[in-house]
Amino acid sequence: MGPMFTRLGRLAMAVLIATLVAASLAGPPALGQSKAKVSFVYVGPIGDHGWSYQHHQGLLALQKEFGDRIETSFVENVPEGPDAERVIDQLAASGSNIIFTTSFGFMNPTVKVAARYPNVKFEHATGFKQAPNLATYNARFYEGRHVIGLIAGKMTKTNLVGYIGSFPIPEVVMGINSAYLAAKSVNPNVKFRVVWVSSWFDPGKETDAAKALVDQGADILMQHTDSPAPVKYAEDKGIFAFGQSSDMAQFGPNAQLTAIVDDWRPYYIRRVGALLDGTWKSGDVWDGIKQGTVALSPWSKKIPPDVVAMAGKARDAIAAGTLHPFTGPINKQDGTAWLKARETASDKDLLSMNFYVEGMEGALPK
Amino acid sequence: MEQFALWDLIVNILVGAMIAATPLVLAATGELVAERAGVLNLGVEGMMVVGAIAGFSAVIATGSAALALLAAVVAGSAMALLFAVLALTLRANQVASGLALTMFGLGLSALWGQGYSGLSAPAFPRLSVAGLGDLPVVGKLVFGHDLLVYLSLALVAAVAWALARTRLGLVVRAVGENHDAAYTLGYPVIAVRYLATLVGGAMAGLGGAYLSLVQTPLWVERMTAGRGWIALALVVFAAWRPWRALAGAYLFGGITVLQLHSQALGLKVDAQLLAMLPYLATIAVLVAVSREGVRLRLNAPACLGKPFYATA
Repeated sequence: MGPMFTRLGRLAMAVLIATLVAASLAGPPALGQSKAKVSFVYVGPIGDHGWSYQHHQGLLALQKEFGDRIETSFVENVPEGPDAERVIDQLAASGSNIIFTTSFGFMNPTVKVAARYPNVKFEHATGFKQAPNLATYNARFYEGRHVIGLIAGKMTKTNLVGYIGSFPIPEVVMGINSAYLAAKSVNPNVKFRVVWVSSWFDPGKETDAAKALVDQGADILMQHTDSPAPVKYAEDKGIFAFGQSSDMAQFGPNAQLTAIVDDWRPYYIRRVGALLDGTWKSGDVWDGIKQGTVALSPWSKKIPPDVVAMAGKARDAIAAGTLHPFTGPINKQDGTAWLKARETASDKDLLSMNFYVEGMEGALPK
Repeated sequence: MEQFALWDLIVNILVGAMIAATPLVLAATGELVAERAGVLNLGVEGMMVVGAIAGFSAVIATGSAALALLAAVVAGSAMALLFAVLALTLRANQVASGLALTMFGLGLSALWGQGYSGLSAPAFPRLSVAGLGDLPVVGKLVFGHDLLVYLSLALVAAVAWALARTRLGLVVRAVGENHDAAYTLGYPVIAVRYLATLVGGAMAGLGGAYLSLVQTPLWVERMTAGRGWIALALVVFAAWRPWRALAGAYLFGGITVLQLHSQALGLKVDAQLLAMLPYLATIAVLVAVSREGVRLRLNAPACLGKPFYATA
């Protein structure tokens, strides 16, 4: 009886294991076919409701689009530095076919790891170093900034727009200039005040900065930091703000006029599709409103209809390629000429922008 | 007219400074209690962030500010209890346990907070004494705060008094200075350390809740953004004295807010330099204080971070 029972037990166990294995394998019907492994590296938490959150929306869209043909993984809160190289290397070593590294500071680590794994594809966001297996991609956020600048110029009553900046890098400076030029074009009296908080993500400090700006009379807030805290502050103060990276209306249903939304989904779907077709090639892509990478969330009902019409027209003109936010004549802050009449800024100029345009107050930190 | 504007500015900066400083005051004072008992808990950041989500989720569930604070206190203490079991009962390395607690807290709060981002907390109650809040200058500065600001000041006073003037405080300090002697005298070293660690956790939890309930007020992952580490530095800065910790936190908050305001005013100043200022000021004061080197060293609890082995 004893041995018999043991044998039965073993048999039962074997059946159980076989069932489990079968069940786990049966999940994806594309059994046995090669599945592409797609990996993401994020600088912040996916719950930041800003930058990293939007990239993660891209990952979710990939799962929906390609289903069982791909397998996804991600690592969040990866510091920009030596740790990043270790994380990227590990993803490459563990069989990833394509790795998206989604912050500027991941550039050099990505370049290094890409050199070690020539058969793995790499894509680095907002950087400028490419290789045969390393592509770069970015979005023309300044196009969205032009549209919110127009709205702010029309809607400010105190003629003071508060701007919460992270770090004075070209990306951020270009956004300030774009919004300011647009605002001034519809309101010659408008002034911008920029407060730098030296952080991408610090809700407490972003709130303190918003408070300082509102104390100085700003009645509209713009931000180039990643947390929804400034929008929330604007909501509590009964003033207006623009969401950053992501639709932040839930944090400020009355305050948010619109948000500049980074929609990476079309790009990611295109690139992973190319990987699956075998047509993936390295390159450098800088998409904007036209391709849908930069989008504006639905207009608030608080924006007067004529301003909505103006903003919509500008957005469509940018998409059509008939309007460039940086069209001359534009002088630098010190009065020297930058763009001649009707001349538009080159991408190279934009990506190295380290000056304020004429009319901006305050000194740009070096 | 000009004069009024200047007064307004000064009042705004001071009020902003108190808001920015209050999470630090709470967390630093709590850590100070633990360290005076000889426990070095580097998990302040983790306890704060768990306190932040605990308070936030409680206020969403119940709408009660009092219950939210209670939840933050309980959650901070529970985190501290975990640390105490590891570091005090099992005698794990305190530094490693504290670091682990911070990482655990950041992860736990992110998991807990998944359903809470995007929600809004009701306004936190403010002190309202009939008419006083409308007084010029003093009204806003002395009578216009939320209740947690006054609570934080009361807690600093209570800790200062308890440490210096009560028997319990004496025992806490004795345990921190020389646990073997305290044990020989019959004091329950481990129990006292548990108590001090729990007080530290409770206050760190409150500090985190201030961020999520009053200052921002919303929940976002990792919203403490390093404040736990600043609180730890403030304890050393304060040479383990509660009133100095309060002064240090207000100085730090004051300079942070001052530099933001000077930028908002449009003054031509270097933002990076300004961002460094709070840290520079902290280092400067630290150097100045350490000139009384002997006193500083005497002030550091002699058994800080050392595990206690009961000798028969």
